[in-house]
Amino acid sequence: MGDSNKTTGMTIEQMSDQYFDVLKEIGNIGAGNATTALSTMLGTRVDMMVPKVRLMEFKEVGTTLGGEEQLVAGIYLVVDGDIHGSIMFVQKKESARAMVQKLMGMPPEGDDFSEMELSALKEIGNVITGAYLNSLSTLTNLTIYPSVPDICIDMAGAILSVPAIEFGAVSDKMLLIQTDFADNDEMSGYFILVPDEESDEKILHALGF
Amino acid sequence: MNVCRPPDKITTIGLGSCVGIAIRDKQNKIGGLVHVMLPNSKEVKSNANLAKFADTGIPELVRRLEKMGAMRSRMVAKIAGGATMFSFQSKSELTGIGDRNVAASKMALKALGIPILAEDCGANYGRTVTFDPETGNYEVKAVGKAVQVI
Repeated sequence: MGDSNKTTGMTIEQMSDQYFDVLKEIGNIGAGNATTALSTMLGTRVDMMVPKVRLMEFKEVGTTLGGEEQLVAGIYLVVDGDIHGSIMFVQKKESARAMVQKLMGMPPEGDDFSEMELSALKEIGNVITGAYLNSLSTLTNLTIYPSVPDICIDMAGAILSVPAIEFGAVSDKMLLIQTDFADNDEMSGYFILVPDEESDEKILHALGF
Repeated sequence: MNVCRPPDKITTIGLGSCVGIAIRDKQNKIGGLVHVMLPNSKEVKSNANLAKFADTGIPELVRRLEKMGAMRSRMVAKIAGGATMFSFQSKSELTGIGDRNVAASKMALKALGIPILAEDCGANYGRTVTFDPETGNYEVKAVGKAVQVI
């Protein structure tokens, strides 16, 4: 560690407050777009809270989501193009159920999701992450191609280890953007952004830092 | 990473593509568990945290066990984890990180001459593991599956 950082510029811990504000603003616009898309998809009014952006230790993220054994739905995709990295949209299983119920017009049968419901959730995740990436792409003028998303429902610890491992190569911390749709706990979700080091610099540069 | 003596047990929650390696001295029952996230510390810049990597975490666990009085020649291991949580993961640059973690863990144990008695690795689900150094039992819990003792 240490000397190897010299050549790579800023690490995620050293990012300025300003950069956070920018990410928060991108999150805000992205979540705004996502809310509109969700509202159209669900055919109901969807409210959105101002997103909270936090840099936190991998362990804390599990706690934020209700413990490492909390069942969560994670929708994960990788991005390519001018920047490389991955993005994950995580929500508690109950929130995922609430979304499926709103989208399909009925609650999921039993404790597990059917193929159809999983596919619906994947689509919701796709819309939400797509909206976020769109605002990032528009603001930075960078080309970003998202991959087809994949979904996994399991313990928070196991799911979060996926972005954590990618971050693990650079840092012990990750960037979490919490977005609450509607003014209750029913439909909240978290974005986890994992740009690689080079991409951080590109984003900063594109934004004029 | 942690080490203990009976009646204490060690647990680690929600192993995804990470691997939990439990090692114990059969005779004096001193045991330990390390949870590794990545296979190789040499591929990564920020590698100060030894416990994060299979190639450094396992030797470090063995060192700590020896410090407590365990003997390398009497040590045995059990491993669990190394899942692939998302199907397209295997196509990204993280090519089968779970599988690579398992392979690197086995290699590190082999280099130290510690036999692997049992394993529950791979597949696509998370695992919570508890190691009991008294019996050597390694309990593996997964969502929607029966508890397994290996």
